[in-house]
Amino acid sequence: MADTVSSPDVRTILDVGGYRTALEWTARRAEAFVIPLAALVVGMVLFSLFVLAVGKSPVQLYETMWRGGFGSWFSIQNSLSRSAPLLLAALCVALPARLGLVVIGGEGAIVLGGVAAAAIGVALNGAPSFLVILLMGVGGAAAGGIWIGVVGALRHYRAVNETISSLLMAYIAIALMNHLVEGPLRDPASLNKPSTQPLADIYRVGNIPGMEVHWGLVVGIIACVLSWLLIEKTRWGFAARIAGGNVRAAQVQGLAVGPLIVGFTALAGGFAGLAGMLEIAAVQGSANGSLAAGYGYTGILVAFLARHNPLAIIPVAILLGGIDASGGLIQRRMDLPDATVLVLQGMLFIVILFSETFYGRFKLFNPDLWQRPDFLRGNV
Amino acid sequence: MTGKFMLSRRDLLKTSAAGAALGLASAAFPIRAARAAAATVGFIYVGPKDDYGYNQAHAEGAASLKGVEGISIVEEENVPETVDVQKTMESMINLDGASLIFPTSFGYFDPHMLAMCAKFPDVQFRHCGGMWNKDKHPMNAGSYFGYIGMGQYLNGVVAGHTTKSKKLGFVAAKPIPQVLLNINSFLLGARAVDPAITCQVIFTGEWSLAVKEAEATNALIDQGADVVTCHVDSPKVVVETAAGRGAFICGYHANQSPLAPEKYLTGAEWNWAKVYKMFVDDLMAGKPLPNFTRGGLADGFVKMSPLGPAVGEAARKQFDATLAEMMKGGFSVIKGPLKSNKGAVVATEGQAFVETAIELESMDYLVEGVVGSTA
Repeated sequence: MADTVSSPDVRTILDVGGYRTALEWTARRAEAFVIPLAALVVGMVLFSLFVLAVGKSPVQLYETMWRGGFGSWFSIQNSLSRSAPLLLAALCVALPARLGLVVIGGEGAIVLGGVAAAAIGVALNGAPSFLVILLMGVGGAAAGGIWIGVVGALRHYRAVNETISSLLMAYIAIALMNHLVEGPLRDPASLNKPSTQPLADIYRVGNIPGMEVHWGLVVGIIACVLSWLLIEKTRWGFAARIAGGNVRAAQVQGLAVGPLIVGFTALAGGFAGLAGMLEIAAVQGSANGSLAAGYGYTGILVAFLARHNPLAIIPVAILLGGIDASGGLIQRRMDLPDATVLVLQGMLFIVILFSETFYGRFKLFNPDLWQRPDFLRGNV
Repeated sequence: MTGKFMLSRRDLLKTSAAGAALGLASAAFPIRAARAAAATVGFIYVGPKDDYGYNQAHAEGAASLKGVEGISIVEEENVPETVDVQKTMESMINLDGASLIFPTSFGYFDPHMLAMCAKFPDVQFRHCGGMWNKDKHPMNAGSYFGYIGMGQYLNGVVAGHTTKSKKLGFVAAKPIPQVLLNINSFLLGARAVDPAITCQVIFTGEWSLAVKEAEATNALIDQGADVVTCHVDSPKVVVETAAGRGAFICGYHANQSPLAPEKYLTGAEWNWAKVYKMFVDDLMAGKPLPNFTRGGLADGFVKMSPLGPAVGEAARKQFDATLAEMMKGGFSVIKGPLKSNKGAVVATEGQAFVETAIELESMDYLVEGVVGSTA
């Protein structure tokens, strides 16, 4: 982010001591922070009204949320563990979104990634642990990648709406998982909760040292950073952004839009599949119905709130993990139903989507529009 | 212990020679003693507390403890069977000081509750579902469950008297042993009235899937069923859909009669209040909590909803007689000669399985007269 934007024009000459450049640099970037933060505040104020309407104190509510989500080391770890799967699930939405595709079926890729990983872990029982865990990761990512890659291919080659197809394929994926864990992959000992055979302990992914948060958090953060580099710093990312802006223009430029769409959707599904693998290897220990826990759907919220910026996904996922973590304390301390935090999430979602319309509307964030002597205008 | 503390307090205050302060201190003490003996009990539900079903049955049990002196209750609903439930248990222990936790959903047991048992050896965990095994699981863990199949048999008796079409309907979640036993019990109860009765079953595949439950109920009624029951987490949709179509309903998990007062016949309900009171009494008395607890109608773990207005005299008589028989103990729903609906012999002449029989826990068949398939 250390690049500068000023070109050698008259403004640079007039920039005494670099203040103006620094100010412009800040102003240009401030928009991306100020608008979402303002939206967050507005959402919280609206939610306060809702809380008042049900006869509770918003101050007590936010205080409880803080305590439950971030107020102690235990709460922070609680929030981080909940955010770990959301990072990868959100990438499944954010990457295709850069190509202009709205993929909402990440849940399917998570579920199949988990089943594939569990099957590999059981089939290779006895092999060295690093190899098995690696193959589980590769297998999970491949299963998820193929699933969402198909959505991308259907979109590009057969013009099937990706939003609908990904959602319907998520239902198919869950049905497929149920069939597999209740049929061919079922551990006969799992009578009342059909599951695959449990993974041996050596194939389980543990916690980050010094924390009670599994390694999925680190994998998720690395995936977000790599995705950001891919989109912002590589020619594939550049091509994707062009195709996302205007497919025809991208095709006229000679960009291979088809492979680009299939590649990005497959990568996105791969991340979601990896989330499923981590859910199996780090949390569940065997694949069963609990895999369809809704991470794929919360991931949509995270990606939209982060405006599909992979780096912004990290704080947003942690914030939502914190809201989720505090939901329990709100129920217990304030006697409010679980749906309370869903109302908050919904309000934030709507307000942040609405705030999208404010980008580029404030002169404050656009130094090019700042008042300058008329004679400079020609140099802008 | 009280006397010892009073004494030291008195010694301390002797030098200050403040009689008023002494009175204040002894007045304040009983409150502290009560607090010291108090315990916090946590309840965790997989769905909403007011689902007219599985979770409501547990929440009603929890609510019954609210008047018990020295006990405070903390509850959390809609907790998925993921790392979330582990963190919820930890949060109840760390932030609320819970010393006994009831994670009520089947899927909470392995690995989630077991992980917390290892992490908090001083906290007691009791899980609904009957998975605990002393060779495999720690002593601060345990299970409780009820034999509710008998309740479905009684449902069947009333349904058998009420049906005109001789066709019953059953909306089921998954073909697992607990559910299969309920389906078989329901049909066998009805066949105790009329051996020509059949029961069609539709599996929705999920514990809570409102749309499919409504579709399944409609499909059963379209095919002639005029009494419907179910085994899904929340029977609300099934009850309302069936009542809307004019069919009669036998309830499950909790009392659903407020949803369809005219059409509700009776229902097989959990009576967790009894079970939770038992655990809490032991906890307050400082006794070790049992690790493996089970019971049926006779033990008060299961109860029947009051019979509805549509239940006829003959049905009422046979219901009461069968219930009285069950209360005596030794009643068998599954008894020979009995075949599965695929023709395999599941009980030979003279063979009978009482509700505690271990064979029933791996049930994988539907009995003759049930229309449907386990796979």
